[in-house]
Amino acid sequence: MTASQAVPQDETVPAEVKASDQKDATRALEVAGLTHAFGANKALDDVSFSIAPSRFCVLLGLNGAGKTTLFSLITRLYSNTSGAIRVYGHDVRRAPGEALQRLGVVFQQRTLDLDLTVMQNLLYHAALHGFTPREARRRAEAQLERVKLADRAKEKARRLSGGQMRRVEIARALLHNPHMLLLDEPTVGLDIDSRRDIVEHTTALCQDEKLAVLWATHLIDEVTPAKQVVVMHHGKVVADGSHDEVLCATGAGDIGAAFAALTQAKSDSLSLDGGGA
Amino acid sequence: MTQASEQEEAKGLSFSGYLHCMRGIVWREALRFLQQRERFIAALVRPLVWLFIFAAGFRSVLGVSIIPPYETYVLYEVYVTPGLVAMIQLFNGMQSSLSMVYDREMGNMRTLLVSPFPRWFLLTSKLMAGVAVSLLQVAVFLAITWFWEVEPPLWGYLAVIPALILSGLMLGALGMLLSSGIKQLENFAGIMNFVIFPMFFASSALYPLWRMKETSPLLYEICLLNPFTYVVELIRYALYGQLNLEALAVVAGFTILFLGGAIFAYNPSKGLIARRGGPGGK
Repeated sequence: MTASQAVPQDETVPAEVKASDQKDATRALEVAGLTHAFGANKALDDVSFSIAPSRFCVLLGLNGAGKTTLFSLITRLYSNTSGAIRVYGHDVRRAPGEALQRLGVVFQQRTLDLDLTVMQNLLYHAALHGFTPREARRRAEAQLERVKLADRAKEKARRLSGGQMRRVEIARALLHNPHMLLLDEPTVGLDIDSRRDIVEHTTALCQDEKLAVLWATHLIDEVTPAKQVVVMHHGKVVADGSHDEVLCATGAGDIGAAFAALTQAKSDSLSLDGGGA
Repeated sequence: MTQASEQEEAKGLSFSGYLHCMRGIVWREALRFLQQRERFIAALVRPLVWLFIFAAGFRSVLGVSIIPPYETYVLYEVYVTPGLVAMIQLFNGMQSSLSMVYDREMGNMRTLLVSPFPRWFLLTSKLMAGVAVSLLQVAVFLAITWFWEVEPPLWGYLAVIPALILSGLMLGALGMLLSSGIKQLENFAGIMNFVIFPMFFASSALYPLWRMKETSPLLYEICLLNPFTYVVELIRYALYGQLNLEALAVVAGFTILFLGGAIFAYNPSKGLIARRGGPGGK
């Protein structure tokens, strides 16, 4: 059984529902029949899956599987021409503002302004969401406290370590109280401790704040039994369900073997060391 | 979530939200500019070199007759100053385009574009941020030229501000349009050779067009087709408290054209970005 089948098909989440009520919507993210091509190269081919609110979903795929293209379409860096993407019921094409208000995004690339201080980076982002300077500062301080970097607020972002930068980026993504967090390969290039730290922090956010999380990775050990798994390969979804469902469907003993069976790749060709993308 | 923060959230895209968003974008650009002291100095040294060296040398070669908006014979330095002000804005507009490419490469453009505000508003705010920076540069430059006997009427300094905002928008929008087509940072050298230099030299910035007409009618025609000529004239007239309607119309027209083009190019479903694979796309 796939997760998208498990969730009832409810098309009508009223647009005027208050932001806070949206956490109770049936689906945090719904991707339906999404196809996208760059010239002759089909990056996404009829991709469909959905994520329930407060669910942690790992989007697993090798480099070039189409994960980043999918992220770009969800965040409307460019637009989908076929299929639909809905964030808490808001179609990203028809109501991009409504959808983007509900999303917090951590991109694969480092996107902090290195010449500005940590606090200035956060204030800028809060302004992009229309907050007053006072409200922006209040939120920034609270989020920095949460990622245990309050004492680094006045330092230039350049002076942070890779793991700290990622934590600031997560803090920044949460400034506007989104209901869903998208992270594109957030642990790439981090050492083992920082990796564990980021995974644990995000898992806690999902549980404590009831945030839906879409976590793209090519690192198999980031899939744990409690999480939903969507496996992508060559632009297609080849598996979608809970950890156990994917194992059951493939008859594999562990998720690495399941992934290898699904992508017909050898397990040992997969990077498990947190190395570069 | 508290009730207060819920209200804040609901207010997100209100009119004041738009203002805070634009303020944030301008604030960041100004912070970046002030931290890049070399950029500030380079932006000033360039026109000052032209004024102190080039203009001093050409003063004896080129005589400028009485042409509007001047009411007497003017020194070449006086003639060339509005052209140099326009040059500051031209470089700044292109530099902003450079920063857009940099932003795109570094992913900062992505964080800008995931703001829930409409994209045309985000891009226009980004342009306004560039204009604000160019106003700072021009203000310091004009203050220095005042000691170099370039002394327009005091109210000319006020009248030139709206002209500078419009011309800054036009040149910034041109830069933004170009930035959508540039893939790598290195291509800025190409912009210098194919955009900045031709625009600057084939205009009325350095020599009055009637002189150009005497030497080369073809070049004269090219100068007349160059929108930068009208930027220079709009600034020149405004600095002397006069309005050059033709220049205003041309500059306004090109602003709309370039801005429309840039918004189109950055439109997620239609523009160049979508075809190429997005900002930072490979």
